[in-house]
Amino acid sequence: MIEELLDYIGMFFVLIGSLFFLFGTIGLVRMPDLYNRMQASTKTTTLGVLSFLVGIGLMELSWLIKLLIIAFFVVLTAPIGASALARASYKHGIKLWKKSVVDKYKEGKND
Amino acid sequence: MNIYFFYLIISILAISIALGLYRLVKGPSVSDRAVALDALTNVTTALLVLIAVLSARFIYLDVALVYAILAFIGVVAIARYLEGGL
Repeated sequence: MIEELLDYIGMFFVLIGSLFFLFGTIGLVRMPDLYNRMQASTKTTTLGVLSFLVGIGLMELSWLIKLLIIAFFVVLTAPIGASALARASYKHGIKLWKKSVVDKYKEGKND
Repeated sequence: MNIYFFYLIISILAISIALGLYRLVKGPSVSDRAVALDALTNVTTALLVLIAVLSARFIYLDVALVYAILAFIGVVAIARYLEGGL
């Protein structure tokens, strides 16, 4: 009984996670410039990995610890990589979209 | 476990990988390609875990863990190269 219930909850989490992957990559294709693409894809795929791995862990309960280790590692490192990449591409000279209204990085440098 | 559910999940992940590959091929700058690679890496990690479940091998989870670590190192190396520090 409880096994079956956990199975269905895990399937729900896995479905949510894969839909987050789909939305993140749609944002990757549709967004107009690099920073918007990064905003759309990095957050959603990180949350997608978290939800997917927790869902798989609820299906296979004996794997849960190792899956949580992988999820913890991905959640820890994905923002670091994205932040380093955004900063490096700003310094590399990639322009913002022409309809962007605020550039906090440049404002901070002028102070 | 319902096998049709896994067919659905694999289809969604395949569409995601196709969209990411579109940006990876077309992306105007190096950073666009790096962002697309980062997103594809997360999708691939989930797919490796799914393969581990479908073939019922606990040891395949190590592949996903090592893949996630190497992908992080790759993105940071690309960022350092663009910044001019490498």
